[in-house]
Amino acid sequence: MENKLLIAKSETLWNTDNRVIYLISGLIILLFALPFFGLNSFYLHLFIMIFMHAVMAQSWNVIAGFSGQISLGHGAFFGIGAYATSFFYIEYGISPWISMPFGILVSGFFAVLIGIPMLRLSGHYFAIATLLIGISFQVVFQRWDLVGAASGLWVPMTAEDSWSALQFHSSKVSYYYIFLVFFIVTFFIVWLLSRSKLGYRLRAVRDDPQAALSLCINVSNYKIIAYVISAMIMAPMGSLFAQYILIIDPDRVFNIEISIIVLLITVLGGIGNVWGPIIGASILIPISEYSRIYLGGTGGAVDLIIYGLILMIICIFRPDGLISFVPKDILERKKQR
Amino acid sequence: MKILSVKNLSRSFGGIKANDNISFEVEEGTILGVIGPNGAGKSTLFDLITGYTKADNGKVEYFNKNIFGLSPDKISNLGVGRTFQKLKPFADQTLLENVMIGSFVKEKNIKKARDKALEIIDFVDLIEKRHHFAKELSTGQRKRLEMARAMAIEPKLLLMDEVTGGVDQKTIPGLVELIKKLKDSGVTIITIEHNINIIMEISDNVLALDQGKSIAYGSPKEIQQNKQVINSYLGTFDAA
Repeated sequence: MENKLLIAKSETLWNTDNRVIYLISGLIILLFALPFFGLNSFYLHLFIMIFMHAVMAQSWNVIAGFSGQISLGHGAFFGIGAYATSFFYIEYGISPWISMPFGILVSGFFAVLIGIPMLRLSGHYFAIATLLIGISFQVVFQRWDLVGAASGLWVPMTAEDSWSALQFHSSKVSYYYIFLVFFIVTFFIVWLLSRSKLGYRLRAVRDDPQAALSLCINVSNYKIIAYVISAMIMAPMGSLFAQYILIIDPDRVFNIEISIIVLLITVLGGIGNVWGPIIGASILIPISEYSRIYLGGTGGAVDLIIYGLILMIICIFRPDGLISFVPKDILERKKQR
Repeated sequence: MKILSVKNLSRSFGGIKANDNISFEVEEGTILGVIGPNGAGKSTLFDLITGYTKADNGKVEYFNKNIFGLSPDKISNLGVGRTFQKLKPFADQTLLENVMIGSFVKEKNIKKARDKALEIIDFVDLIEKRHHFAKELSTGQRKRLEMARAMAIEPKLLLMDEVTGGVDQKTIPGLVELIKKLKDSGVTIITIEHNINIIMEISDNVLALDQGKSIAYGSPKEIQQNKQVINSYLGTFDAA
């Protein structure tokens, strides 16, 4: 028995398969090299949207996948991030790189403010409450003259490409790399989170709050922590998106569709798994972009019908998402059975 | 030294008195067995002591400190562990991860927390199952998982709700040995049990409940001979 214990103790903490490490390294190198292969503007845009949505879904994954709280109003934090950078840039000429952390902090602050009363609710009550909070932000910003009310904000264009103003008019390559860096950094932050003491405790809260309480875990506090982290991951995507399209309004950045799409992406890829949002975004965003191209406008909502169909199939046949097609002994710690 | 002192603890649900004026004390390093028919209020008593249910009135002192009204996480943080009658493993996590969540309470370093969890898993004799998901374990193994998880917070007092309930006869002796090992390691135990032979074998004292009331408290021998206990719970008891 002693030997078995010694063997168990000698195991590495994380039995991540070497294939996964090679895959991650290869993917990162490939993604950094891609623009050198002459990607045209559309493909750069496609990748930018995939990176952005993967980060947004990763944010939602923290609150829903790790701590088990289904938020339907996460678009609010995206909007706060967008308005924080645009407003301070337009009004005071403050670089988005400086106002972005402010947007992150404001999002975190609102997450605490919303989280304290809301996270006392559970299950669908919490989901409905967050849905209404998300809509409330949209309504408030539609009527708030200081931030342009329903017309929104137009970010003045710089004459030339500017890193400090986060504006690049000659090519999307710079945007590509900025979104890529955020995508990679977020992946590693969430990956580390999932393997930290906090990650363990959040999963305990998700799986059985009653049992978690018996292990000295203050369930309410941990839900709030997850909500704040989640909001703070979401906000910079709003900031970057605002500088990418240079025009924001409440209907665009506080739209309920943002909250729904991050849910769809995560569920499709695999909720509670760091790979889920990446897989989900890599499939759903191209569908959205291609349907927009071939069907015009916003895709004639056909993309939403396709999303719905895919989601139904996933929920029936693969409730753990597409990540469940990957053998568990590659991603999980069952190698040493 | 008294580790737990319960005084006049009461809780009603609607018109039903689930616990009615219950008082008892537990000495450090002993095992208190709690017996009683279904609906006697045994699990409610656990919920009241550990803060899962708020008592209507009464007093709960742990090492002479009043813990009445504290939340379950604060009570567990003081060193009161528990298992549940209806098992509550973190089903989608491995056995090792389940126990690590407990060992993080005292150990901040991940590797040290992992090693401590492994030692406890070894103690409950499940080391070979450490990478199995909780949902893949048998009922007996999940009972051990819950004990291991509760032990990981290094409790001074452990409340165990029907450890041998719902497991096959072959598994029971191992679980009983485990309870004895736990006691030998210095943990004070309060255990709810339906198997009267087990209660008589392992307990230093026994508390008998019936319809929410405490009907007897004493050594196993005294309980065995208590007429009220015999009438309401034991019937004709044969210790053999």
